[in-house]
Amino acid sequence: MTTTTPKPATPAATSAPAAGEVTFTIDDVEVSVPKGTLVIRAAENLGIQIPRFCDHPLLQPAGACRQCLVEVSTPDREGNLRAMPKPQASCTLEATPGMVVKTQRTSAVADKAQHGVMELLLINHPLDCPTCDKGGECPLQNQAMSNGYATSRFHDVKRTFPKPLAISTEILLDRERCVLCQRCTRFSDEIAGDPFIDLQQRGVRQQIGVFDPAVLGFAGSDRAETYRGVQPDGTPLPVAVGQPEVDPRGPVGMATLDTSGRAFASYFSGNTIQICPVGALTNAAYRFRARPFDLISTPGVAEHDSNGAAIRVDHRRGVVLRRLAGEDAAVNEEWISDKDRFAFTWQGMPDRLTVPLVRDRAEDGTPGELRTASWAEALEVAAEGLAAARAAGGVGVLPGGRLPLEDAYAYAKFARVVLGTNDVDHRARPHSAEEEAFLAHHVAGSRMSVTFADLESAPVTLLVAFEPEDEGGIAFLRLRKGVQKNRNRVFSVAPFASRALDRLDARLLAAAPGTEPEVLDALGTPRADGVLAEAGQALDASAIILVGERLATIPGGLSAALRLAERTGARLAWIPRRAGERAGVEMGTLPGLLPGGRPVTDAQARVDVAAAWDVERLPAEPGRSAGEILAAAAEGELGGLVVGGVDPVDLPDPALARAALERVGFVVSLEVRASAVTALADVVLPVAPPVEKAGTFLNWEGRPRPFPQALTSTAMADHRVLDALADAMGTMLGLRTVAQAHAEIDAIGAWDGARVPAPAVAAAQPPTLGEGQAVLATWHQLLDAGRCQDGEAFLAGTAQRPVARLSPATGAAIGVATGDAVTVRTGAGRIVLPALLTPMPDGVVWVPVHSTGSSVRPTLRVDAGAVVDVAAAALPAADVEAAAPTGRRAHAATTDATTTDGEVL
Amino acid sequence: MADKDISRRDRGGDVAGGAGGPEHEYTSLIEPKKGIGEVLAPAAGFGVTLSSMFKPTVTEQYPFEKVPTKPRYHGRHQLNRYPDGLEKCIGCELCAWACPADAIYVEGADNAPDAQYSPGERYGRVYQINYLRCIFCGLCIEACPTRALTMTNEYELAGPTRRGMIYEKQDLLAPMGEGMLGAPHPMVPGTEDTDYYRGAVTGPVPEQIDWVAQWRPEDATLQALRPGHRPQGSGDRDTSSELAEPMEHGQPAEVDASASQGRGSR
Repeated sequence: MTTTTPKPATPAATSAPAAGEVTFTIDDVEVSVPKGTLVIRAAENLGIQIPRFCDHPLLQPAGACRQCLVEVSTPDREGNLRAMPKPQASCTLEATPGMVVKTQRTSAVADKAQHGVMELLLINHPLDCPTCDKGGECPLQNQAMSNGYATSRFHDVKRTFPKPLAISTEILLDRERCVLCQRCTRFSDEIAGDPFIDLQQRGVRQQIGVFDPAVLGFAGSDRAETYRGVQPDGTPLPVAVGQPEVDPRGPVGMATLDTSGRAFASYFSGNTIQICPVGALTNAAYRFRARPFDLISTPGVAEHDSNGAAIRVDHRRGVVLRRLAGEDAAVNEEWISDKDRFAFTWQGMPDRLTVPLVRDRAEDGTPGELRTASWAEALEVAAEGLAAARAAGGVGVLPGGRLPLEDAYAYAKFARVVLGTNDVDHRARPHSAEEEAFLAHHVAGSRMSVTFADLESAPVTLLVAFEPEDEGGIAFLRLRKGVQKNRNRVFSVAPFASRALDRLDARLLAAAPGTEPEVLDALGTPRADGVLAEAGQALDASAIILVGERLATIPGGLSAALRLAERTGARLAWIPRRAGERAGVEMGTLPGLLPGGRPVTDAQARVDVAAAWDVERLPAEPGRSAGEILAAAAEGELGGLVVGGVDPVDLPDPALARAALERVGFVVSLEVRASAVTALADVVLPVAPPVEKAGTFLNWEGRPRPFPQALTSTAMADHRVLDALADAMGTMLGLRTVAQAHAEIDAIGAWDGARVPAPAVAAAQPPTLGEGQAVLATWHQLLDAGRCQDGEAFLAGTAQRPVARLSPATGAAIGVATGDAVTVRTGAGRIVLPALLTPMPDGVVWVPVHSTGSSVRPTLRVDAGAVVDVAAAALPAADVEAAAPTGRRAHAATTDATTTDGEVL
Repeated sequence: MADKDISRRDRGGDVAGGAGGPEHEYTSLIEPKKGIGEVLAPAAGFGVTLSSMFKPTVTEQYPFEKVPTKPRYHGRHQLNRYPDGLEKCIGCELCAWACPADAIYVEGADNAPDAQYSPGERYGRVYQINYLRCIFCGLCIEACPTRALTMTNEYELAGPTRRGMIYEKQDLLAPMGEGMLGAPHPMVPGTEDTDYYRGAVTGPVPEQIDWVAQWRPEDATLQALRPGHRPQGSGDRDTSSELAEPMEHGQPAEVDASASQGRGSR
């Protein structure tokens, strides 16, 4: 792109720059760069470092900090070089032909200007580097050393602010350290679209701050204040003793609610901490924990969603202290979600399993207590139990949806080779046979057919049953980048326009749950009108259709999406929530799929895989799906279960899952932390969390995302444990190491035979609603009560407060206004949440799947599309308050995900 | 001689007896003693021995008699306090960074309003010096931005266990000086951490004493600062005996401090 040439000997060398290129001179070096390149970027490519704070390659130029001043001369009309009267900011200056730039390396003027700006910036910057979290990795500190005066001429009192200001429970702001570079506000505005902080006031008082609630009228909010100053019993400190104006709740607690019922926080706020060039924005959890030179950094891949964002894991003495965004231009650029950044404590919680556990049974078969056992004993007991269970009806395998490639492959192979069954399903969520056919037909073996770059460049994107921010994370950022940069258009088939859709300028194709197939089939047909017609016209071969995993719960939804893709030529991509879903599809942890997307029903596919696995034959009948496995186990048809990282709460029917685990003869659990399955397992084999093992996640694109082991650990990955278990059962699995697994996977290769035919499931008839009834819409919020967010109260405080959304007409029908309590009830239980009237189809109620106080599946035992009763209710105030973890550092205060069975009231 | 001497030697291997001939007798360069000196020569070697019998002895009776070191001797470290009893250490880890032997381990933490250990926002929650590693170079002292870390002249640093040689914060903290109030307690009202650095705080103020009396009435440093103070919950203790307690008994306060430090841990 950028070519660097030494000072040319002849003018001929520069006389013919390529079209669209600009040739100019930096520090006596002539360079050609694409038109529109900023001088600071061109210098960077040459290896000339110009000091800067506000400049960031992924943000719009601001010219706010003035640190990058350089001396510039440009040719006038006659071609005579004329110096600009003053040094110019190179971060806002586009290169022009013939321009001559002198940086601090060759120009005393530029050097003096930079020193002057640095002195000015440091006038009000406190000398608190020893207490500042940024100290040691601070661009201001470094550049003050490289481009600043050694002494200060400023002898007056520095401007100070009360500090730190808790912007959210997670983000703290030290305004006196701020150099007003506006990276954070530009990120919030341009990238995330959550302008939750902005510049305020003018002149010397100018500062970054949250919006003043007194001006903007956020519901029920007080002024954000400093958090220091409470007595040991929680009462505010008297003004005489402590700092005035205190928030007795401290930095932990709920984020302030804005009028939309949304917590006053952003899912991407953590990125502002990382791009802050000074220590103005810091993180409550990491605050004062360590210094950069203590930390050992390992590259990693975020395990929370299917994006596979690159991260950096920083640990000190075997304890992960923070995670930062890694740089990967193809996937996450330099941004990650707050969940990826802050939710890592679950991997080191006190309930981590470290040694195998075995449950002894009495003579009559009554289970006793779990006791610790050696690996040899536990493997032996597990092997015997599984062998007996295999004989007594077979064993079902539920690996869970969070596994890396190698572990998923090991489960697939273990089920077929050792247990001789196709009863394996990683989908620990609502699923359907239609979905499996869709995955086998369209997803398996089609890696990289749609990529993040495509999301950015596709002129039209249609989202179906996919909430881009809550369920997409950084996929949302890419979509938004495309919308901002390329004026892409986004359409979404959803019950209501979430804030994420607003920020994508998305057009809503309003659809009650269950009616999605109808909407998709109507697109591009003559009977469509309004937005439907617009979307139908916009969808063509350059468009992308993104479907979420939730579409599986809508009969006919995925069939309709496939039909639409075929009709319009648009590319169709499936974005599941969990990190291991795609790997499971590709590696064959589905009842009808073998590794490489081979259909179980295809004899040639079975012969292929049997040959690679060195077995005579593989089970030919497609197995049971996860729901069927659990039903069969509850019925006593299955002899045993092998369960990976599965939380029963996530399953379509948690009560059935519990019954199955209780009823079935033998349960082997491979888990990182003690869970609801542990309590019912006969043998518990501890496995390593992602930070303690190496592996490869497969993100929704199908892109391999390898990650190394960050911590020294004796914990074993799932594939290693399964290999040992297979050994104990007398079968060689040959998957002791990651390298062995990769060699086998590569040897098996992709499937080039016939694919499973596309599903053609008819849509269900819309239900008829009685008085006080509504159709349930529900999906997971990004930050909820999931077990992978345990132990991080600061992050939990930035979660959106759970609300029940209703249309104004539905609300009026049951006499509920925004803020009133509403009950959502089925025969199994009820959920009470504050109502939020939202423009959406009538007769639909939306609640989050698994947030605090709203655990749909265990409580209501239904899923999206079901008919529920809605009614006005009295909201106990204690319920709202109980959701807020109290006390600082109250890590253990987050609610346990497993305690939400029964009624939530 | 260069050209002429290059010729085959006819007598190889001889060391002595070159051109000078074989007659080369040994003669001492030391003048031989004469007279009485010659008579006493065999005993002269005892001269040093005998003369030191009359010189002052340099042997130190070390464990029984301890000799003070030079004032700037690099001995055991100490974590100092401000005159009002707050710790100077802010847990910045610059000492650990400076340490060439990697002997220092520090973890900082937030000063909570209800547990303020040092002025400002940050204090050292964990502070360890491994004296098996420390080379007493003093670079940590130079690095300390608050002069919290200094070196004492204590040199008796030996022990039977390795673990015992890792000194914890409570081992390193300076004892309570006269008029100090046991931490944690709030800062002097109206002051910033910079006021502490500048020496504006010269001792605890009544607000601080009241605070400690309210929340930690059992604190031993209260006795001296508030002669009439009676610890709550120990009603029938003799006030006069409390008054008689020496000031240096800062230990209970420190034990209390270290016990409540655990609240900041993960």
